[in-house]
Amino acid sequence: MKIIVAIKQVPERDAQVRIDAAGKWIDESNLQYALNESDAYALEEALQLKEKSAAAGGEVVVVSVGPERVGQTIREALAKGADRAIHIVCDDLGLRDALGVARLLAAAVKPENPDLILTGLQSEDLGLGQTGVIVAELLGLPHATLILNVEKTETGLKVKRELEEGWFQTIELPTPAVLTIQSGGNKLRYATLMGIKRAKMKEVRQLTAASLGVDAPPVVVLEHVALPQKQKSTQILPGTAKEAAAALVEKLKFEVRVL
Amino acid sequence: MSGVLVVVEQREGRIARISWEAVAAGQKLGATLTLPVSAAVVGAQTESFAAEIAARPLDKVFRVEHPLLARYTPDGFSLALHQLIQAESPACIVFPHTYQVRDYAPALAARLGQVLIGDVTAIGDGPVFTRQLLQGRLNGAYRPTGSGPCLISVQAGAFRAEAPEAGASAAPATVTTFVPTLESAQIRTTPGEPFRGGSQTVDLSSAQMIVCVGRGIKDAENLPLVQDLATALGAELAASRPICDNGWLPMERQVGSSGQTVSPKLYLGVGISGAIQHLVGMKGSQCVVAINKDPDAPIFEVADYGIVGDLFEVVPALTEAIKAARQ
Ligand SMILES: Cc1cc2nc3c(=O)[nH]c(=O)nc-3n(C[C@H](O)[C@H](O)[C@H](O)COP(=O)(O)OP(=O)(O)OC[C@H]3O[C@@H](n4cnc5c(N)ncnc54)[C@H](O)[C@@H]3O)c2cc1C
Ligand SMILES: Nc1ncnc2c1ncn2[C@@H]1O[C@H](COP(=O)(O)O)[C@@H](O)[C@H]1O
Repeated sequence: MKIIVAIKQVPERDAQVRIDAAGKWIDESNLQYALNESDAYALEEALQLKEKSAAAGGEVVVVSVGPERVGQTIREALAKGADRAIHIVCDDLGLRDALGVARLLAAAVKPENPDLILTGLQSEDLGLGQTGVIVAELLGLPHATLILNVEKTETGLKVKRELEEGWFQTIELPTPAVLTIQSGGNKLRYATLMGIKRAKMKEVRQLTAASLGVDAPPVVVLEHVALPQKQKSTQILPGTAKEAAAALVEKLKFEVRVL
Repeated sequence: MSGVLVVVEQREGRIARISWEAVAAGQKLGATLTLPVSAAVVGAQTESFAAEIAARPLDKVFRVEHPLLARYTPDGFSLALHQLIQAESPACIVFPHTYQVRDYAPALAARLGQVLIGDVTAIGDGPVFTRQLLQGRLNGAYRPTGSGPCLISVQAGAFRAEAPEAGASAAPATVTTFVPTLESAQIRTTPGEPFRGGSQTVDLSSAQMIVCVGRGIKDAENLPLVQDLATALGAELAASRPICDNGWLPMERQVGSSGQTVSPKLYLGVGISGAIQHLVGMKGSQCVVAINKDPDAPIFEVADYGIVGDLFEVVPALTEAIKAARQ
């Protein structure tokens, strides 16, 4: 099976959020970046699928859209075991809407003729939860979202889809297909020293929007960003850990009345 | 039509509250744009749903009906709604932000050359749509700039679903049936029946007190810290999704949209940021307490009491203080 995994580099979770001078996005200077969480699970699923059908051969190709710094995250994916990568170098990601990014991904993926395309279900920064589904639409492929487990069958795939409130369902679909992967389906692996060494030798092909011939204006723009307004007045209990703990116990005793 | 069209979701024989919230959002949008508001419901047998929807102050109700729509599939629903949209050309289409909608609406939007503005929490003049970024730490204002219809989905709880006005003067909306052209070969995925995951041995929904631990705990080996706190309080231990994803606690202890919904007297969140998927599972709690080192963590927006600090210092101190108070 030839599997493509779309991976996105996102600001690290604990990063300080400061709005940039233009009020359009966050200040990216001094930000640390990491691989989007559900994409890590998508990569893991792809690597395990490849390993399960080791005899039949297979390939895992990661693809990412973003500026030069994305190369770091791509190397990490290669170190974990992806075979090669496509980097769509793009410095104006923020100006592209989900359809724009999906067009880039679809254009890069199409000539690869993969059996399976995996994406994460949602990016941690924009949280659109859409890109994979749009890629499927653009490529004319069937899709399923919120997937925790993928099994190959005679005719295609059998996947486990998460529903709300602890429910699941099984879906069967033919390949090629697009799946958006939910977190938690597998245990994530770490890159080994050998993997990190090997990654340096693996192919990273660089493409651009221009070389892919993708050029369409956005239909939705992010005009500005702002810190959320507090809706509820939280009583912050100040002081040292000990003082705050004592104050909370008082509240639990006399106001919440649970002690 | 060129009005606002709200797509109401029916599942398991009923219309969930979030769909009525979408109707409310549609009405807000209709008022902003001075456009009539209609609704559509998709399925194989939609008569009773349509009647229920028609009691709301709406212009029209469309029953998008076909035997192939008996079970939800992304292909069936997007094909059917695409045909309705082509026929009625609404200016805006509003969806509830459910798992089902996020499964097909982005594809439907792309087919129309548009982008769904998903998980909207507010509608401003323009219209401009607010949605959360960075897991709730930031709000973004989005504006559609294309020439086609705009598509939005609304977040659970963001718009107030009003009860149908009793004895409202307006006549019920006219109901029309729209039969899309569908063939079974166009539906490429075969969905199975929903099933429950694993055994459910803990029932968090009836717990009086819950200590809920999040990724701030850093490592499985630190869990006894919060377990001790829960024991001292006499509370159940629960967790956010990443803790269960990592296998540190069983999934049946997960609180949130894909886990359990809880409404204890006391919810104490430790090292939890407060992402919307978590909040929907616990915002019915009577008293919310949060311990987090980040003063801007979204959890503080729903907390009654907060301690801003390092959980590794605060939690042991709190456990001691509770034990002392209990003596
Ligand atoms: C479709 C879908 C369904 C989902 N379903 C669920 C669900 O059912 N339940 C759920 O919980 N999530 C769910 N999620 C995931 C959700 O979006 C969040 O990713 C998750 O809730 C975050 O968990 P967290 O708060 O523990 O971790 P994080 O967001 O990483 O937050 C950790 C917090 O700990 C704080 N912290 C770190 N160190 C310390 C310290 N030493 N002392 C004090 N505080 C500290 C940080 O400031 C931060 O606020 C779902 C997501 C999707 C897309
Ligand atoms: N710039 C990008 N490069 C590669 N993959 C992406 C990019 N943006 C989104 N994706 C993929 O699409 C998924 C969903 O992202 P989103 O629609 O932004 O929530 C992510 O988890 C990635 O797998």
